[in-house]
Amino acid sequence: MENGLKRRLNMLAAALALVGLLGGCATSGSAKDPAEGFNRAMFAFNEGLDTVLIKPVAKGYDVVMPTPARTGVSNFFGNVADVFIAVNNLLQGKPSDAASDAGRFLINSTVGILGFFDVASEMGMEKHEEDFGQTFGRWGAGPGAYVVVPFFGPRNVRDTGGLILDVAADPVGNTRHVPTRNTLTVLRVVSERAAMLPADKVIEEAALDKYSYVRDAYLQRRHNLVFDGSPPRDPDSE
Amino acid sequence: MKWLIAVLAGLLISSGAGADEIAPDVMIKNVANDVLDVVRKDKDIQTGNARKAVELVEAKVLPHFNFTHMTSLAVGKDWRQASPAQQKALIEEFRTLLVRTYSKALTEYRDQTIEYKPLKMQPGDTDVTVRTQIHQSGAKPVQLDYNLEKSDRGWKVYDISVGGVSLVTNYRGSFGQEVSANGIDGLIKILHSKNQSGQTSASVKQ
Repeated sequence: MENGLKRRLNMLAAALALVGLLGGCATSGSAKDPAEGFNRAMFAFNEGLDTVLIKPVAKGYDVVMPTPARTGVSNFFGNVADVFIAVNNLLQGKPSDAASDAGRFLINSTVGILGFFDVASEMGMEKHEEDFGQTFGRWGAGPGAYVVVPFFGPRNVRDTGGLILDVAADPVGNTRHVPTRNTLTVLRVVSERAAMLPADKVIEEAALDKYSYVRDAYLQRRHNLVFDGSPPRDPDSE
Repeated sequence: MKWLIAVLAGLLISSGAGADEIAPDVMIKNVANDVLDVVRKDKDIQTGNARKAVELVEAKVLPHFNFTHMTSLAVGKDWRQASPAQQKALIEEFRTLLVRTYSKALTEYRDQTIEYKPLKMQPGDTDVTVRTQIHQSGAKPVQLDYNLEKSDRGWKVYDISVGGVSLVTNYRGSFGQEVSANGIDGLIKILHSKNQSGQTSASVKQ
């Protein structure tokens, strides 16, 4: 296995061990968030990092890059991701979705010039959103407790397991040429963050307590994704 | 061609004099078109004029919402403990908060288009979900669903979900936390101060 990948997995494992250790002894909040004290600390850490570093860079990127260029970059990474979205759809027993994802990748990589143009969407091949956490969910794994992972943000125990596989399978992280890999990694973080800028303002406006707002939204969102947008409806009770 | 559609849309609205005759998906479509037409032409809203966005939401969107139901869903099991006066205050504050949020979202509107999914509805249904998808160039489509219930005055929205996240029940966690710490009045107070904190709040107050 390659050095870079090993190092990243080691770092992730160390971060997760820390989560487990501190999470275990933190006093409990609600049932879905037993490690609330620790999670709040990690959330504050991630927010701080975002405020001083990631968000300013994303804002600059948003200003400097013309919209078509930003769209192109976002399409490029979306195209790279389509490969393992196809794999996950296959693992979830959705061969026709998987075939469509693979078709998207073929079309966008060629006609769409290395993925910079999302031709497939224009042809009506819808983009899906899948990852290993959702695959585990599909297989019946429950979400488990809520965890805020340093650098990566909100997860639950199941999706943290998925995250390890996501990172291991990530084509960008597996790029052999180190400067290319680093450039792509940074560009992807910035591009994804820039796409979230409008949502930021809405969350600031909406949330009484940002931590629990983001937590509850994350848990709902993941539940929804596991069921591909139509989870069994939970009536008014909770 | 466009004028024809406009005329047809106008006919649909006016023929629905007995308001409940308008199908829920048609209602959502009309309101969304109305609102986005204004936003597309209004440079002030596009550049973040919250006051104008709030006015637009109050005039076009609010009449179609059932805030009592929304608030009771957001508060959850503690709702029944609240006195009528407390319930009234909660509805008022929650309404203000939602209007602010919705208005803020409108000022972020750019070139997204709305796709309406076919409505699954049986005759006699009084609770339906209108499913839509928001398309934006260079991004994954976002699922936006409206839950509506039938009332004497036509269909009313009681929940909106974005990507499967209910904007209403998402408050349950933080509301419940606040109620168990400081009671219903504590929740009213914190909502009130949140609503006072932004510059938009003045124009939302009735």
